[in-house]
Amino acid sequence: MATTHSAAAAASTSAQPNVMADALKEAFYAGLIALGMFVLIVGLKTDQNIRNELIIVERWTLLFVVVAIVMIGRFAFSAFVWPEVERRRAIGKKAVVATEPGFLRRNINWIGVVALFLFPVFVIWTSGVQGSLKWIDNFGIQVLIYVMLAWGLNIVIGLAGLLDLGYVAFYAVGAYTYALLGKEFGLSFWILLPAAGAMAAMWGVLLGFPVLRLRGDYLAIVTLAFGEIIRLVLINWREVTNGSAGISGIPKVTFFGIFDFDVSSPFYIGKVLDLPTSGVYYKIFLYYLILILALITAFVTVRLRRMPVGRAWEALREDEIACRSLGINTTNTKLTAFAIGAMFGGFAGSFFAARQGFINPESFVFLQSAIILAIVVLGGMGSLVGIAVAALVMIGGMEALREMQFLKLAFGPNFTPELYRMLLFGMAMVVVMVWKPRGFVGSREPTAFLKSRKSVSGSFTREGHG
Amino acid sequence: MEYFIQQLINGLTLGSIYGLIAIGYTMVYGIIGMINFAHGDIFMLGAFIAMIVFLILVAMFTTIHVVFFLLVMMIVAMLTTSLWNWTIERTAYRPLRGSFRLAPLITAIGMSIFISNFVQVTQGPRNKPIPPMISSVYDVAGISISLKQIVIAAVTIVLLAIFWYIVNKTPLGRAQRACEQDRKMAALLGVDVDRTISITFIMGAALAAVAGTLFLMYYGVVAFSDGFVPGVKAFTAAVLGGIGSLPGAVLGGLLIGTIESLWSAYFSIDYKDVAAFSILAIVLIFLPSGLMGRPEVEKV
Repeated sequence: MATTHSAAAAASTSAQPNVMADALKEAFYAGLIALGMFVLIVGLKTDQNIRNELIIVERWTLLFVVVAIVMIGRFAFSAFVWPEVERRRAIGKKAVVATEPGFLRRNINWIGVVALFLFPVFVIWTSGVQGSLKWIDNFGIQVLIYVMLAWGLNIVIGLAGLLDLGYVAFYAVGAYTYALLGKEFGLSFWILLPAAGAMAAMWGVLLGFPVLRLRGDYLAIVTLAFGEIIRLVLINWREVTNGSAGISGIPKVTFFGIFDFDVSSPFYIGKVLDLPTSGVYYKIFLYYLILILALITAFVTVRLRRMPVGRAWEALREDEIACRSLGINTTNTKLTAFAIGAMFGGFAGSFFAARQGFINPESFVFLQSAIILAIVVLGGMGSLVGIAVAALVMIGGMEALREMQFLKLAFGPNFTPELYRMLLFGMAMVVVMVWKPRGFVGSREPTAFLKSRKSVSGSFTREGHG
Repeated sequence: MEYFIQQLINGLTLGSIYGLIAIGYTMVYGIIGMINFAHGDIFMLGAFIAMIVFLILVAMFTTIHVVFFLLVMMIVAMLTTSLWNWTIERTAYRPLRGSFRLAPLITAIGMSIFISNFVQVTQGPRNKPIPPMISSVYDVAGISISLKQIVIAAVTIVLLAIFWYIVNKTPLGRAQRACEQDRKMAALLGVDVDRTISITFIMGAALAAVAGTLFLMYYGVVAFSDGFVPGVKAFTAAVLGGIGSLPGAVLGGLLIGTIESLWSAYFSIDYKDVAAFSILAIVLIFLPSGLMGRPEVEKV
């Protein structure tokens, strides 16, 4: 070990000037390529003038800055980052000393859950009743909806290994189920929540059934097509869905019928419990509702993983042929994954409809599926904590970006951070896949094992190293 | 009858554009077995570059023939998108070769989101209309054929001929076909696989750029979000023709264009995209190897 280390060190010192010269050369080439790529699309901007004709605005400074950033980045990568990576690789991994995880690590899940339950109390305490609305609604509820959706999709992708690009369709089915039945028949949220879940699960089976024979990429594309078909039907079936105009006036959720959050109703929470009128009760109630729904999703996922069906999903993910050879019914296994994943999408959808009070097909575009997929991928496909953290960083981070007024000072008053959010999303997806294809928290370690948990070599599975 | 033929001609024009994009999908899938989801956005980028070049040319020259315009637009768009696709392949797709099955597709989806939003950020979210480049229309026995449609057909035929020659008659084409059949064996026999794959991406991007230029000329407008739907339709075309098969991609493109056009003419224009997506699902489910593809046999 020591000799390889010193040899590598010697090699790296003797190669030092070479590395620098190569890095400079590479930076130069990278700059040339970047110039070629960006000269027209960044260097020139097309704008409409008063007569609505396109005119060209020159932006050579911006082009220069972008090319310079690419060159510096490439130089830093070749001169410092890559040699460091090579050196570490030459040394090899240090033997991991098994240590008893500390209190924080052992109880991270429970600490997280308690923190989530205390979040509204903390926010109200720090920023007052009115100031807390924004944080609980835009931040807390928004993030938790995506956490729940990503956990639902995780069952399909992370556990069963079926890439579903049309997941948002089930979200839409849930949302429209609640909106239409709740508005037309006045049924309560608590009746329609299971109904929406069942409806979405039914659609999951319905759409899952024809695509059972497909695998991998083809399956992904067909689910994308189904997702788009459902959205296009929602747009065009105007008699029922009111088309692009959407459905408004969706009833609010009541507190199990004991009291509700409608100011004009005789059972308004303020009248029942003798409290001042405020919109914050409903937001807090919704926050806890989605938190509990998300936790149910997590609980079901954790329990299912230990059941035969969960084991079958994981076997299916690793190798379908081996899985079938062992006598697992792959048809049922795939359909249950689709149905259960879709069911949670449906729950989240009906919650979304109740929270917004208004839905239209624009909320269910392919980009939403891609965002949920990005969260699952970044979180490490299979790891619940990883996905929750990814949702917090991606959705919460983007919501926080909106709040950062100081960026306007740095980049000028016309700078709108929201514009960059999808750009960053796309870039993060690519970078994470290239750098750590299994996401940040890898979770492909076997859940069923004899005596001790061993990681599986890549040569034994079709899906690469675990 | 005249109405039918009119719609057929419109459909075939649209289909040529889909066919040109579909070749990029089918070639990449043939060689490395990945759906290059970002290909539709490369097409959109090509249309944008063509639009910018057009504006520069209009500002510089006023009396030059429109053929020169089109030629310059196409060449610049081809060069730029080739550079983009080459860079994307090198930085985003190559490191993932040999990774798990879904990794390249997920990366490509990320790339697709990145490209369309990059164009949105740099060029703005609004539609970009350009003045009509060619406006003459001929009347043949009650059917109106515009010069634009003739240009599209001519460009497509010329490009396909060049392309057919490259793939079937040159050493490069032989290397590509070898890589398609067996990448490992081709490498053992001295084919530079990485280089061949890079060139495949470049060729696909060049054809997509031409399709983008033609799209811009035909519709006279382009927006940053225009890559997704034509991309999915072109992919449908590639699947319908049998993914991996070049004549299949063109045939599939023409079929999809025709079906879409006839569907909008006789059934409902609202559901024309539903028709395309349904064809995709139906073909994949019932005829996974397409019209001209070879059935895939999985070996253990």
